[in-house]
Amino acid sequence: MSIDVREYLKPHKALSLEERLGLVKRRFADESHITVDQDAFRADPTKAVLFMCPAQVFKLNGEDGSCIVNYEDCLECGTCQVARRYTTWNNPQGGYGVTYHYG
Amino acid sequence: MSSDERFEVVIVGAGPAGAAAALALAREGVEVLVLERGDFPGAKNLFGGILYTSVVNELIPEFWETAPVERHIVNRRWMALDEDTQVGLDLKSAKFDVPPYNNTFTALRAKWDRWFAEQAEEAGAMIICETNVEEMILDKGKVVGVRTGRDDGDVYADVVILAEGANALLAERAGFRPQMAPKNRVNAVKEVIALPPEIIEDRFHLEGRQGMALEYFGGAVKGTVGSGFIYTNHDSLSVGVGCLIEEFLRLEMAPYEMLDWFKAHPMVAPLLRGGETVEYATKMIPEDSYDSLSDLYEDGLLLIGDCAGLVNPSIHHEGTNLAMASGVAAAEAVLAAREANDYSKARLATYRERLEESWVMKDLKRYRDTVHFLLDNPEMVSDYPDLTIRLIRRYFTIDDTPKDDVLRELWKTIRDEVSFFKMARQMWRARKTML
Repeated sequence: MSIDVREYLKPHKALSLEERLGLVKRRFADESHITVDQDAFRADPTKAVLFMCPAQVFKLNGEDGSCIVNYEDCLECGTCQVARRYTTWNNPQGGYGVTYHYG
Repeated sequence: MSSDERFEVVIVGAGPAGAAAALALAREGVEVLVLERGDFPGAKNLFGGILYTSVVNELIPEFWETAPVERHIVNRRWMALDEDTQVGLDLKSAKFDVPPYNNTFTALRAKWDRWFAEQAEEAGAMIICETNVEEMILDKGKVVGVRTGRDDGDVYADVVILAEGANALLAERAGFRPQMAPKNRVNAVKEVIALPPEIIEDRFHLEGRQGMALEYFGGAVKGTVGSGFIYTNHDSLSVGVGCLIEEFLRLEMAPYEMLDWFKAHPMVAPLLRGGETVEYATKMIPEDSYDSLSDLYEDGLLLIGDCAGLVNPSIHHEGTNLAMASGVAAAEAVLAAREANDYSKARLATYRERLEESWVMKDLKRYRDTVHFLLDNPEMVSDYPDLTIRLIRRYFTIDDTPKDDVLRELWKTIRDEVSFFKMARQMWRARKTML
């Protein structure tokens, strides 16, 4: 099979984060493996977990100022609990969570 | 597993550290169980993409004949960027094009880790996947086994080897290592970007299985303590950034935004043309200083690999080979303890002694202050690379200015922008902490 070089001179198409998360194979557990101390989250002036998570698992609930945890999107790096100790991260149950194809 | 399951050694984690320990122990006839939480070894594992292989080549001579490595690196480039300019050091050698290929290969962990763990399995180690270890079982302060998430999931052992990775939950919660913190953990994000091998070889001036590693500093990552990288795999590129978590917190910036910024840089974007992102992944990297490492051995317990904090945080960015070296050292210590039938902390101290005598701890000592130095001297990753780029660019900018005047201008720029004694002191410290 010959390669059409022109195909590879076009700009790389950058994907949105949602599109990128969609590329990762995940098996969802019923329960969240991440918990947030909501009082401590409310008291965090920068709400660091909102931007720090590479998968943007944490969202602000505009109504009550609480933190929503979309644990299904988690890529299991553990950065949240290092950035802010008010998050508690546990390994998802064995066999659940992320399976990388390349890694 | 029934509750009276017992092995001589239980290893938590089937990454490079755990698999190396399992391989070395199984070859000596030790009964080893490896517990892995992923679907297969490597399923949850990630690195930038360079595998240093001096330890692998000792364990499995000429592994490249059969192992799923991507390319051997013949060309390395280290570059500083500002917003529109690149200045760098380029090293390419035909000496790296012959076995053992400078012990430097690109790899993808879902393939590599799986293969490496299979070598341990073939040597006689038992690997059980989809199994999460929830805690260690202690008896009078001695680790005697692990509690898994399976029904009747307690497993007992003479010695437990923790190889749980950078997110060292078990070790930290049991108090066997210092707390992970924003100043000792990097967050790295990476995309695998597919391209045909012919395009990669043409674009990066490679032949056959030759590969290239490009590392970017300074403005590439907004002047933070961190770097960006492009590594050539066989039919894809590994493209990513890694910065201290402290830096993301300071900038209030998401890691994927840093990656997007890097990928869109005018010096980077042309290298990615036509590539299709096929995976997005992230991991933490431990950059614990030698001075903050825990003992790494307890009664009935050894810590190896990332969870022990064994990563060289300097420009060398070595992790997996330290992981494998520590796995082998742990195996040797366990064999000596087995001989004496004594798995006490005092007996297992030989593990640490082996590491201290080897390049592993010698290198960690050499770079014990690298991260602190960079955090305390942010000019090293922001102002100085920027200034260097400007000076070199001006020196080679062609206009009608006489060269004498250009040189005067350059010296004036340096005098205006740099405190001589401050910089002299920093360069002296940099030589000691970073070289």
